[in-house]
Amino acid sequence: MNLYLLAPEISLCALAIVVILLDLFIGRKWILGVVAVAGLIVPAAFTLALWGVNETSFNGMLVVDQFSLFFKLFFLVIAALVILSSTDYSFKFSAFRGEYYALVLLSAMGMMLMASTRELISIYIAVELTGISLYVLAGFLKDPKSSEAGLKYLLLGAVASAVLLYGMAMVFGLSGTTHLNEIAASIPAGGLLANPALLMGIVLLVAGFGFKIAAVPFQMWVPDVYEGAPTPITAYLSVASKAAGFAVILRVFYEALGPLSLDWGIIFAVLAAITMTLGNVVAIAQTNIKRMLAYSSIAHAGYLMMGLAAVSTLDPGALGPSGPGALVFFLAAYALTNLGAFIAIIAISNKIDSDEISDYSGMARRAPILSLALLFCLISLIGIPPTAGFIAKIYIFTAAVDYGLIWLVIIAVINTVISAYYYLRVARVMYLGTPLSEERVPSSWALRAALAFACLGVLFLGLYPWALLRIAETAVSIFP
Amino acid sequence: METGIAISFWILAAVTIASALAVVLFRNIFHAALFLVLCFFTIAGIFVILSADFLAAAQVLIYVGAIAVLIIFAIMLTRETQRGSPSGRLRLPALMVGLLFLATMVFIVVSTDWQVITEIPDQPTTSAIAQALFSGEEGFVLPFEIAAALLLAAIIGAIVLVRER
Repeated sequence: MNLYLLAPEISLCALAIVVILLDLFIGRKWILGVVAVAGLIVPAAFTLALWGVNETSFNGMLVVDQFSLFFKLFFLVIAALVILSSTDYSFKFSAFRGEYYALVLLSAMGMMLMASTRELISIYIAVELTGISLYVLAGFLKDPKSSEAGLKYLLLGAVASAVLLYGMAMVFGLSGTTHLNEIAASIPAGGLLANPALLMGIVLLVAGFGFKIAAVPFQMWVPDVYEGAPTPITAYLSVASKAAGFAVILRVFYEALGPLSLDWGIIFAVLAAITMTLGNVVAIAQTNIKRMLAYSSIAHAGYLMMGLAAVSTLDPGALGPSGPGALVFFLAAYALTNLGAFIAIIAISNKIDSDEISDYSGMARRAPILSLALLFCLISLIGIPPTAGFIAKIYIFTAAVDYGLIWLVIIAVINTVISAYYYLRVARVMYLGTPLSEERVPSSWALRAALAFACLGVLFLGLYPWALLRIAETAVSIFP
Repeated sequence: METGIAISFWILAAVTIASALAVVLFRNIFHAALFLVLCFFTIAGIFVILSADFLAAAQVLIYVGAIAVLIIFAIMLTRETQRGSPSGRLRLPALMVGLLFLATMVFIVVSTDWQVITEIPDQPTTSAIAQALFSGEEGFVLPFEIAAALLLAAIIGAIVLVRER
């Protein structure tokens, strides 16, 4: 049992406890945010120190490899950005700042464990650790909308957990083990049609994890929760929670159910088409920017699932990246883009106290830099160069074409065109509308730093994607 | 012995299903909660005939002892419980979906070739469970430790949600 392999998670948990304890003794609460962000350097340093290690511990339950280390770093960076962007927002719950940061850190710990366990019980408990922290954070404002968001997320999340457990029980019942690699070895011959229990297990697992990534038809919680939750938490949900879901899906489906990849690849292809179409079409009708981005996040779950549908093949003649590699790259690009958009929205909404798109009228004159950043992120969400979103879409479409999913790519391209309409509508309101007042929109240094990081990251990945793509391909190379 | 176990299993199973149905169908939410307790008890009984003594004790302690009491407390602290659970428009669709799921599950359970053990193990399971949970290299220590962090998150969350701003 090598505890050093668990050092990133242990130090993160310790950091959460330190933040809560400091909250008791410190009067100036802004220090808590500084400690939380600065403290994240410790788990990040442990993760970097482990880079290149490929070992398992705890009876094979904890696996440290390129894949899990990449996602650990990914979640730590996102947690830091979310905490930075919360500084302008935390006056709304000033009595509970320490608990807020601690819960953000604990849910990040859950996500890191989701990416690095390969045993069903550990995966389930890590999912619950992430979930319970996020349920509370969604209801953190305690106003009616936020409470509704928290309650809805809790109830539907509990149902999704039950479904997930049912699926795990089916798989366990057939294979007699909860270790993913042993499950793969014990999958009976004859495929799914000869083993209806395995088919049901896969369907229930897809449903349970589909809730986490907000795939249709398990998306009904998304709009209400995204609208009611504190905006930094909405950003966190849309980015980190989704990425953790995809990480765990990649791990479970490739390691445990790899021999059946042809079967579940089709399931994900169909879900991808439905998800992106419904997300984009419903997003057109939205007037609240957080709801609009909620449906946009559903649509992006659809694009991301193309990377699951394009099952990795060891075909050396393939033109582009593998499906999982493109998926991991897309996750990183989408995370930076969506965080940038939400951070700009936090600053603007704080000033005008509204999330309605019509209230953003003429914002370009009141907050030129914030509006430019928001416009840039919306362009990346559409997928127009020179942004990360463009490159990510190219990669994932190429991977799908390589796998022969031409029909899915055609649907995705049509969806991209549809999505341009509602993203650019926000830009039109901001740049061509008349300002409702002449007051400038203030923002703190922490928020500006987080926004600059996100936007520069989007630009960098748009101009120079190869480094990250290589890391993404190495990360997923652990899957057979 | 064998027939005795079979008879007690079928009695317990019938009572479990009947009380579970009563939980869903009864209008009076307090009666539903009491039937839930009965359901928990009979499931503990099923654990007993499977020789899972520790699980049976845990089922009684946690579900009957803690969760049922919590539910009854929650009902007593809630206003307007006399009106019972309101009937929704989605009753019929929900019934259809439930029956469909039931039929699928029955088909799957019957048609699958499950791994079955032939003889009932009859030594106490408590120390075996402890070994499986806590022994370092071959046990489930990792999920146990994550559960500790989970409880921490849950306690912090409960405090935040309950205290006034």
